[in-house]
Amino acid sequence: MTVDTHMPYDEALARFEPVLGLETHVELGTASKMFCGCKTTFGAPPNTQVCPTCLAFPGSLPTANAVAIESTIRIGLALNCSIAEWCRFARKNYFYPDMPKNYQISQYDEPLCFDGYLDVEVDGRTVRVEIERVHLEEDTGKSTHVGGATGRIQGADYSIVDYNRAGIPLVEIVTKPVEGTESLAPDVAKAYVTELRETLRSLGVSDVRMEEGSLRCDVNVSLMPRGASEWGTRTETKNVNSLRSVERAVRSEIERQAAILADGGRIIQETRHFHEDTGVTTPGRSKEEAQDYRYFPEPDLVPIAPDPAWVATLKEALPELPSVRRKRLQAEWGVSDLDMQAMHNADAFDLVEATVAAGAPAADARKWWMGELARRANESGVALAGLPITPAQIARVTELVASGALNDKLAREVLEGVLAGEGSPDEVVERRGLRIVNDEGELSAIVDQVIAGNADAADKVRSGKIAAAGALVGGVMKASRGKADAARARELILEKLGVSE
Amino acid sequence: MSLIHKTAAELGALIAGGEVTAVEVAEAHLDRMAEVEPKINAFLHIDRETTVEQARAVDARLGAGERLGPLAGVPIAHKDIFATADMPTTAASKILEGWRPPYDATVTSRLRAAGLVILGKTNLDEFAMGSSTENSAYGTTHNPWDLTRIPGGSSGGSSAAVAAYEAPLSTGTDTGGSIRQPAAVTGIVGMKPTYGGSSRYGLIAFASSLDTPGPFARNVLDAALLHEAFSGHDPMDSTSVDAPVPSVVEAARNADISGMRVGVVKEFGGEGYQAGVLARFHEAVELLESLGAKVVEVSCPSFSTALPAYYLIAPSECSSNLARFDAMRYGLRVGDDGTRSAEEVMAMTRAAGFGPEVKRRIMLGTYALSSGYYDAYYGQAQKVRTVISREFEAAFHQVDVLVSPTTPTTAFPIGERADDPIAMYLADLCTIPSNLSGNAAISVPCGLADEDGLPVGLQIMAPVLGDDRCYRVGAAVEQALESRWGGSLLSKAPAL
Repeated sequence: MTVDTHMPYDEALARFEPVLGLETHVELGTASKMFCGCKTTFGAPPNTQVCPTCLAFPGSLPTANAVAIESTIRIGLALNCSIAEWCRFARKNYFYPDMPKNYQISQYDEPLCFDGYLDVEVDGRTVRVEIERVHLEEDTGKSTHVGGATGRIQGADYSIVDYNRAGIPLVEIVTKPVEGTESLAPDVAKAYVTELRETLRSLGVSDVRMEEGSLRCDVNVSLMPRGASEWGTRTETKNVNSLRSVERAVRSEIERQAAILADGGRIIQETRHFHEDTGVTTPGRSKEEAQDYRYFPEPDLVPIAPDPAWVATLKEALPELPSVRRKRLQAEWGVSDLDMQAMHNADAFDLVEATVAAGAPAADARKWWMGELARRANESGVALAGLPITPAQIARVTELVASGALNDKLAREVLEGVLAGEGSPDEVVERRGLRIVNDEGELSAIVDQVIAGNADAADKVRSGKIAAAGALVGGVMKASRGKADAARARELILEKLGVSE
Repeated sequence: MSLIHKTAAELGALIAGGEVTAVEVAEAHLDRMAEVEPKINAFLHIDRETTVEQARAVDARLGAGERLGPLAGVPIAHKDIFATADMPTTAASKILEGWRPPYDATVTSRLRAAGLVILGKTNLDEFAMGSSTENSAYGTTHNPWDLTRIPGGSSGGSSAAVAAYEAPLSTGTDTGGSIRQPAAVTGIVGMKPTYGGSSRYGLIAFASSLDTPGPFARNVLDAALLHEAFSGHDPMDSTSVDAPVPSVVEAARNADISGMRVGVVKEFGGEGYQAGVLARFHEAVELLESLGAKVVEVSCPSFSTALPAYYLIAPSECSSNLARFDAMRYGLRVGDDGTRSAEEVMAMTRAAGFGPEVKRRIMLGTYALSSGYYDAYYGQAQKVRTVISREFEAAFHQVDVLVSPTTPTTAFPIGERADDPIAMYLADLCTIPSNLSGNAAISVPCGLADEDGLPVGLQIMAPVLGDDRCYRVGAAVEQALESRWGGSLLSKAPAL
């Protein structure tokens, strides 16, 4: 494999202007496939979720999944699209062993949703990514190529096909070309996919797992020389399986294309593959020997004609979208952009919001989730939401602190107990005996004991060196294993030693 | 009269009345098949044991008091393009030789449920592409009227089986005339229901937007009984019409057409039409008038463009529908010796498995859908299709039914048009417009052509979901002609 030359990013940006385009495929989380009743469970044994229709047996016919159509319309609405009042499925014809019918039922010139946008925040700036179309189609089966070096069909000894995925509803979301992003192009691409993923998640239409392929992204990049007005030839990079890869793939393509163009070369319109390990793209199938898909309207299915009144009710019932929600939460919680970003990155909004809803002050809820709990999640390598503790439990802990029953140190111990499976916060307090000592007699006895055992410090205090009381307070805290009320202990010490502040 | 000469309605009544058993009826037909099949070759698959077993099961169901329809125990032959779970289904193609579907077509399963007994699977032009059954990969079928002639096509096995008294009923599919033309040239009744009126589920697709399952029978009432038994909405077929089945049986029993407005399609006649065909057709029109119908001439100028439009739309759809035959999951596989790629095996299999007419249409369709040609061919053909539908609609504002000869000629000799696809395509000149618009149309016998003594069919076309009108007019013509002839037209056929 030849290694492409890459131009340093800053130099590439100085000479060329990047134009982006993103095509995202989302597997819908419907219970059954797009055109038959087969289940869609991920990870089932190969070829166990198949039937005559999704295996394209002679005489079988497709029937459209109404939930998938509804989900697609909801996605379109969330992306501010217009919804077609009448549209058809179309056949995309090409031969490939993992496509049982040797045509894919898709949509061509009549997408279900069109002309929308998604606003994304990058570097404190709002970038509007315009959506060209959102359409519904079916997924193909999954080929595994065995033998050969690349894991691709070229050079493989043999290939095996799992048709479980064939016919799973797939929504394709295509942006219009995104211009003017300049050096932020990779960040805009990443922010777009991130925002799109959250939007889809909030709609509950897909589990949007990039690593399992339920969200797949193709990144189109072209460059034009500074001062030019015509776009350059674009490449389409596939196999971009994480948010970070989206960013890296864009950056790498910009650097690669810039080196070619600067050298007087020309960009070949082709599909490229991104390699996670090396961070570069390599060529796939060339689009210049263009596939002619011979699209025509699917005669086995009737047109989709969503009733505008029904579409209006779907729009009405859309959940609060992530960007709107973030603005609301920031106002409610009164936190900085930086804190919002940290919570966003830690996927903490739901948890903090639920903790607040359970009665905790926003500042406390955020403090615990983003502090102690984030640290523990990080240590054990799980997501925050994966910790065995609930927002209601956190709220209870903050309540105990506010009432004076716990201090921060004890509260951390309570959380530790809850995480260790010792029960609710109250049970942990009870079992570990963590309540602050506020029995005056008990505290008095501890103070006497500490004064007796630290005659030097006591004398210093008596002689007016009040600062020396700190050591005695420390002694009380130690003797009470942290459960004493430090302020009251200090008052008692000074009183017993006959001094006042 | 022997059992094989009885109508389906009569057989149903005899079985229901306990006068004969379904097994006896099935065996009588199986015996007839054994006797004449060497001459006719209507069947691709016969399995006496399975048939008798089915008949026995129907007898048991009836014996147990189960209420089945009026055709319970009546035997039927299915065009070998309908999936049958207990018999091979090949579409008369080498590419599906020996293939056994794991399921029944909706038509098949509904008729099973109604107690019909399957005699076997009938021959057809490969994937229903043709007008003579000469395109079958398993040999041609012979017309019972003259064994040197074609039985029509593509459902030629089904028409021949019924005309030869091998089966009282059969199923066919009509994409461009594949039920009406074979019915016409064998002297029987064949009906193309409204598109979507009968389910396509389990019917191996030729051209999805045109394919329509329908009945063959020796008389109009039997056809209506069969039509009613398998029709109606099917959730497995999105294009199936969700509306009540037109009351076709009632219409077939009510032969009164007085006051009905009948339109004669001006464009169907003249050059290219056999004189004997036109003579019988004109007599039939006069007959309709004498029965009280008001006859007017109706002009449908766009019908002359139907044939070229059809030969763009049907091949386009078939080029895509037949892509699934790729050796990967079922059917023939050629060249898989461990050295060849999947792509090579696909190509070799398709080269070996498809016959010349199927390849011709796949190539035509692939070309018509190609980028740069789509608008000029497929797109233009769809526009023609819309114009034809509008002309039908306009015509049906003026008249209740339209009539024409079913075919321009009687059955032609085997081999005559085999090397001339255009001549072959002309056999469907009068039938294709109804496929493009999706309306109902029937062919009923209207006499023998003077020059060759072969059957002529009268086509009666009705609006979408006006299927009952076809049966009503068909029954009126049948009743009047049979009383004139002193029996059915088929009774004039030479003995086999």
